[in-house]
Amino acid sequence: MSEARGLWRDAWYRLRSNRLVLVSIGLILCVALVAVGGPALSPYAPDTLDWQHLAVPPGLQASHWFGTDRLGRDLFVRTLHGVRISLLISLLASAVSLVIGVTWGAVAGYIGGRTDEWMMRFVDVLYSLPYLFIVIILTTLFDRGSLTVLLVAIGAVGWLTTARIVRGQALTLKRREFVDAARATGVGVPGILVRHIVPNLMGPVTVYATLTIPQMITFESFLSFLGLGVQEPLASLGSLINDGAQEMQSAPWMLVVPAVFLVTLLVCFNLVGDGLRDALDPRDR
Amino acid sequence: MKSALLLRYAMRRLLGIVPTLFCIVSASFFIVRLAPGGPFDQEQALAPQIRANLDRLYGLDQPLSVQYVHYLGGLLHGDFGPSFKLRDFSVGELIAQGLPLSLTLGCAALALGVLLGIPLGIAAALRRNTPADYGITTLVVLGVALPSFVTGPLLALVFGLYLHWLPVAGWGEGAPRYLILPAITLALPVIASIARITRGSLLEVLRANYIRTARARGIGEMRVLWRHALRPTLMPVVSYLGPAAAYVVTGSLVVETVFGLPGTGRYLVQGAINRDYTLVMGMITVYGALTLGLNLIADIVYGWLDPTVRHE
Repeated sequence: MSEARGLWRDAWYRLRSNRLVLVSIGLILCVALVAVGGPALSPYAPDTLDWQHLAVPPGLQASHWFGTDRLGRDLFVRTLHGVRISLLISLLASAVSLVIGVTWGAVAGYIGGRTDEWMMRFVDVLYSLPYLFIVIILTTLFDRGSLTVLLVAIGAVGWLTTARIVRGQALTLKRREFVDAARATGVGVPGILVRHIVPNLMGPVTVYATLTIPQMITFESFLSFLGLGVQEPLASLGSLINDGAQEMQSAPWMLVVPAVFLVTLLVCFNLVGDGLRDALDPRDR
Repeated sequence: MKSALLLRYAMRRLLGIVPTLFCIVSASFFIVRLAPGGPFDQEQALAPQIRANLDRLYGLDQPLSVQYVHYLGGLLHGDFGPSFKLRDFSVGELIAQGLPLSLTLGCAALALGVLLGIPLGIAAALRRNTPADYGITTLVVLGVALPSFVTGPLLALVFGLYLHWLPVAGWGEGAPRYLILPAITLALPVIASIARITRGSLLEVLRANYIRTARARGIGEMRVLWRHALRPTLMPVVSYLGPAAAYVVTGSLVVETVFGLPGTGRYLVQGAINRDYTLVMGMITVYGALTLGLNLIADIVYGWLDPTVRHE
């Protein structure tokens, strides 16, 4: 256990010296805070129609700080609600895909043999399906617009890479002496998996999890962009960008505002993921 | 000797595609059929007689297993069946109509990715830790992070609406001008990934012993790069081309939707919403086969280039 703490402490020192990562974490926290607290500052609700101010550009006019859309709905509030939904769905979906991926990969890698072959063959088959297809099909066929279906659909696709990474790690871990020792003292398979294998692969899993979050944000936004995700009157960043793209000629801010938020989130999460990878696996530097 | 082994490897992989494709087709057939709703559910219910006739016409009145066998039999003859919603067309015709455009877009994006990504990566690696390197690395982060449905509209906004250089969207009877923005949008992540891989790989190769030896023998820096470093540098790029091709295949659907191009992209979404079973199945089969085939080609090229890969 002391070796593990050493790894994480080292990683933390390396991470702290990476200013880009610190700035990114700060930005993500800021966006999240604003998304949670921001809408309360505005006098408008996300579905309030302000008939006096249709499609006004960003400014101080009637506290529509980011402007309004064609129906007079406040873009500040709608965008922040969109950020909330996008973050919520992507975090939950990442968690779902992480749990499935770690379990699948650890079991396949540790048990090995025929089981491993079949489990990974299954992953290969799913891999060769264009992932967008599965997500689109799942969301359209089962109850369009339900957040649960959305979650399951994107989580169900995200776990494949995690499973592969975890399996590779588990294959090497199971030949280590401490696993032999555990087996010799009579610890069962579930015990070895939970106590010895999984804790030791948290490094690569953490890195991959951080890189999964922006992927999930992208999935969710893309589905909403196609009109298959979050449904009106709710908005996510993707559906707002789609609305904005339609009105690009007359109201470009409708495209730019949600795009800026999405871009910020995606870039920051990617930078944090890259930074974590460098911190936990300094060989590549 | 090597080429005979490679050929045998290629044949074995080609045969391996068949069961995978069979799994894909079967899984998607049952997922699509198990979902609630059908192609003839409408706001206003059809008269039972008409409904029964429609079901009989398309074979929907038969047990699922019979339909499945029938569908597989059709596929073996290259017949994807009739479209349920676009009544006058067969699925094969619809896909044949859209596929050339989607393929053009995909090939253009891959070509752009290789032609721009590799030089950018080399430039960044050779000028490591200079402003040029930081600039390229920043572009790479943006390119990898940003999805096409964001970059597409933003590029259209800047180059179409403000600068008037290129058409915003649409399809001017196949004029190449209309393909430039979509191709760039689709290519951006590929360019970025290839640049990132090339940079990392070249940096590693330049540290290798044989490069130091070459330099020690007094070979010029450019010659070291071209004769000794380039080939091993490009190996990871080649192995990335398989996943890149798979990305481009699905990515072109996104880009076609964003720019309103008449490729095959719209059929998938439309088909899924309309419960057009055969159209969705046809799209999955064709794109699944494309993805598998492209991955196979990438693997074979890799084996052909890399002398250390063995195909026993």
